[in-house]
Amino acid sequence: MIFLKILNTVLALITAPLLLGIINRTKAFFAGRNGQPLLQPYYDIWKLLNKGSVYSIATSRIFRIGPVVGFSVVLIAAAIVPFGGLPVLLDFQGDLILFAYLFGLSRFFTVLMAMDTASSFEGMGASREVTFSALTEPALLIGLAAIAKYTGYVSLAQIFSSINFDAWLNAAPAFILIGFAFLIVFLSENSRIPVDDPNTHLELTMIHEVMILDHSGPDLAIILYSAAMKMWLLGAILTGIVIPVHSDNVFLNVSAALLFMLLLAVLTGIIESSMARLRLLHVPQLLIGAATLSVLALILILR
Amino acid sequence: MNNTLDTIMIFLVLTNLALLGLSRLGTCIRIVAVQGVVLGLVPLLMNNWHFEIRLAAFSAVLIVLKGIVFPRLLTKAMRDIKTLREIEPFIGYSSSIALGTALLIICMWLSSHLPLPVETISELTVPVAFFTIMSGLLLIISRKKAITQVLGYLVMENGIYTFGVTLVEHQPVLVELGILLDVFVAVFVMGITMFHINREFDHIDTDQLSNLKV
Repeated sequence: MIFLKILNTVLALITAPLLLGIINRTKAFFAGRNGQPLLQPYYDIWKLLNKGSVYSIATSRIFRIGPVVGFSVVLIAAAIVPFGGLPVLLDFQGDLILFAYLFGLSRFFTVLMAMDTASSFEGMGASREVTFSALTEPALLIGLAAIAKYTGYVSLAQIFSSINFDAWLNAAPAFILIGFAFLIVFLSENSRIPVDDPNTHLELTMIHEVMILDHSGPDLAIILYSAAMKMWLLGAILTGIVIPVHSDNVFLNVSAALLFMLLLAVLTGIIESSMARLRLLHVPQLLIGAATLSVLALILILR
Repeated sequence: MNNTLDTIMIFLVLTNLALLGLSRLGTCIRIVAVQGVVLGLVPLLMNNWHFEIRLAAFSAVLIVLKGIVFPRLLTKAMRDIKTLREIEPFIGYSSSIALGTALLIICMWLSSHLPLPVETISELTVPVAFFTIMSGLLLIISRKKAITQVLGYLVMENGIYTFGVTLVEHQPVLVELGILLDVFVAVFVMGITMFHINREFDHIDTDQLSNLKV
């Protein structure tokens, strides 16, 4: 049992950057290129870890502790989010609220780090990040509330072990709505198209990338790794809702979930290749739409 | 059957919210058309796809009118007056969606306090019918272009129709057909009116028409 609990966290730690690799390969396929190696994100992180850091004299201590806070936050989150029916290391009543606000904490520090450099571009990025995340949060929290209400539990592990295919038969419309809302949350929180373009380095339009412009070396490596982990964790939540496989065979459960994660990464790649980034003015509309889907799901379940 | 009807009702809610959040007139016209077609299938569905000539004819008239004739008329009007999108509505798109969600919650609450004398087929039909009427009204009062206001009017009619469908066995088809004829004439007249307003004033912003009174 303890082995499986550790596996749940270790799986997230090991495979998280692979998602980025798959997304990049999918985008390369659509662009007709060969693309970077599948393991390129690992190489990048390794390369950055072996470099030295450069700190601007204008920055304070916050700039240095930010990446560490961000990483510890995803570590805690990895301990409470179940993946593919595996047991979790940490589980208590109400940990779904902790899950939502852990990311809030890491965002708070990212924003502080960006403001700390006193660069006007980073300030713009920080302001956008805060605006958009304020709109994403209701979508995530209300969606989680809807599932919690349906299952009658308030801890992530219990919620996801009690969702099964019967739930889909009973409340299919609500679950479809939550699925779409969480997909938008997934794209928005991981600064993917249509909300943010991870490839662009044009300060006028980017959000997440611009906030970490001044980071270098190991700090940047930790930030990139935490971002990959965040993507994995939000993906795990989506997996738990869309493919609730709970057979007796642990291997089957995990491989079904892994297969879905692969599909999710490919889907993200397809969305990025086939859509343009939304105009900044239209992004709030999309996010409010996601929140509306969650509210609708909650209404359907409360009824 | 109940599940299919529930899904249709949720589809109705989503299309209403989409109408509140979209600015492109062409897309809005198409959404209203799809709404009409889906609603046209409901009478057949309620009878468990059991074929009955009266219901089939009713559905056919509904689908042809709402799915083909209205969109054509409106698209033509849209081309004639060369407006492709709604610009600067009185209530912005994001706030319209938020307002729509609030309306939905109010409608759910309202219908739970409103016992109907007859039993409805699905619990969702009454609140969704109310919500459709409300969002049609919201479209009419919050948009400036006459063409969006016509769309709002059509959405309202869809809401009234949804309400009627829940009581279908108690409502003669003749009444429903009469309403449909009224709507048809109304859309037809509005299309012509819009064309004339546009020719006279070079735009169809209805809020500027109130200046004429002064």
